[in-house]
Amino acid sequence: MTAAAIAPARKGSGFWGAFARNKGAVIGLAFLTLIVLMAAFADVLYPDSPWDMTAMPFQPPLSEDALLGSDTLGRDIAAGIAHGARVSLLIGLTSTAVAVLIGVFLGAVSGFYGGRVDDLVMRFTELFQTIPNFVLAVVLVAIFTPSLTSIVLAIAIVSWPPLARLARGEFMSLRSREFVHAAVTTGQSNMTIIWRQILPNSLSPIIVSASLMVATAILLESSLSFLGLGDPNLMSWGYMVGAARTVIRQAWWMSFFPGIAILLTVLALNLVGEGLNDALNPKLARKGRS
Amino acid sequence: MPRIALFISQRLVKAVFVVLAIAVFNFFLVHAAPGDPAAVMAGEAGAADAKFVEQLRQQFGLDRPLYEQLGTYMSKVVQADLGYSYRQQRPVFDLLMDRLPVTLSLTLTAFVLALLGGVALGTLAAMRAGTWSDTAITVVGLTAYATPIFWIGLMLILLFSVNLGWLPAFGTETIGAGYTGWEAFLDKAKHLVLPVTTLGLFYMAVYTRLTRASILEVRDMDFVKTARAKGLPEWRIVSVHILRNAILPVITVAGFQAGHLIGGSILIETVFALPGIGRLAFEAVLQRDYQVLLGIFLLTSVVVVVFNLLTDLIYSLVDPRIEVAP
Repeated sequence: MTAAAIAPARKGSGFWGAFARNKGAVIGLAFLTLIVLMAAFADVLYPDSPWDMTAMPFQPPLSEDALLGSDTLGRDIAAGIAHGARVSLLIGLTSTAVAVLIGVFLGAVSGFYGGRVDDLVMRFTELFQTIPNFVLAVVLVAIFTPSLTSIVLAIAIVSWPPLARLARGEFMSLRSREFVHAAVTTGQSNMTIIWRQILPNSLSPIIVSASLMVATAILLESSLSFLGLGDPNLMSWGYMVGAARTVIRQAWWMSFFPGIAILLTVLALNLVGEGLNDALNPKLARKGRS
Repeated sequence: MPRIALFISQRLVKAVFVVLAIAVFNFFLVHAAPGDPAAVMAGEAGAADAKFVEQLRQQFGLDRPLYEQLGTYMSKVVQADLGYSYRQQRPVFDLLMDRLPVTLSLTLTAFVLALLGGVALGTLAAMRAGTWSDTAITVVGLTAYATPIFWIGLMLILLFSVNLGWLPAFGTETIGAGYTGWEAFLDKAKHLVLPVTTLGLFYMAVYTRLTRASILEVRDMDFVKTARAKGLPEWRIVSVHILRNAILPVITVAGFQAGHLIGGSILIETVFALPGIGRLAFEAVLQRDYQVLLGIFLLTSVVVVVFNLLTDLIYSLVDPRIEVAP
């Protein structure tokens, strides 16, 4: 996904053409690529554990042994950001994957079968949409003790309802289409129809929503670890900001740089999500863009 | 109007069911937690005195069958008994009621400002779609939408309290200043400026985006053309004809987001050291005080349900076409 791959398609009308027409999306993709590279090569860039003391505490940015400064315990902020990228991306992707599984499954069942099943599933979904989702995430992670698994599951549990609604809508409208009737007539089982016929045709909006959900999941993860509910063994951006909160008067850089990292990652993901929307749902592309 | 009354009473019944369902959920959370539920209730992870835990077990009837326990728990919840915080040595309900006013004043002010600001900015952007002011509003909105609110709070403290010294960074009032009357009110308002701005900014970005998109849908419709053809002044077309129709989806989403705002207040109150529900949640997390945490979960859910009811009411006032759900 380099610039070279995008450039020849710029004038075309295919997927990349539509994606590349959205300038913000291209910028977002570039940033995202950088962040992924940073996460992939964190061990090469900063071979030492980000928890190790490598400099004097409270070193301002651009000092000799800490490019972005060091924190209250002399840990390198830049190393923390590089290693934190892994945690953010990992949690963002896995929790979204789990949320997609739950949401699409419930939405598909609800939209396909309709009737009482639909009623039941939708009541359940509404209940989860009413519950203040960040409070629930905090409660879940606190009670099941902070770990990678509990954080991923908590984020997934509070994130699936919009996807269930989306999948339900798609399945309901596709359910009455001719190709589905044809599949019913040829005696295909319900599972086959859901899995082979309807799902592939409803993937575009689900992919777009999921890509935006990764951004929300990363924000949620950073908020949890800011409150001290991160996995205690993993360095994460939210934890860095949270730990530096009390010394903001003496050392702005400790909370400034990790926050910028979160901001750029989430912004890049949102921009890419919008580009995907333009490319995959051309009919739904937003009006009024210059 | 009987129709509205029917609509509201239907929603009320639904709201009661939602709250009860959340209480049941709460009950099972305590039992799903790793370790002994009695220890969980004592707010200790293994450190509680064995005798004390045994006493709790009897008190809560943890040796009896699960459905019986659920019954006991539910009857207590209905009587607003949310348990006892052994950490703070006070009933959870009292603790929550002490903290609620701060959270409500924070979230409601932030919500109203975010909604007003968002609708105004969104309208401005949509009516000037494609110009530099539209682009500027969209870019600022996108950025605000992607920034973690706890970080915005810290950066605002850095700028306005540490560097410029204009606004206080912590607490709800100047301690020991002895202000009275108008001065006390001003002092409190000053303390709210940064937290409210921080919490409101994110939601303002959301409402701006929504309003903009919604107005772009409406602004080329036939009735708007008719209004233009009649020669109505532009501000009237925008405020009466376009906005009244475009604002419905914004209200829907705004109602949905009440819960998010309350969640956000956990972060804001932690950053700005405000003694509200959110700060209480943070302290409860640090102290593993699960009774308090679950009480907060239930109370915030109730607040959201009430808020959704209000949105339904406002919705039916703004849009008289609203039908009672079958």
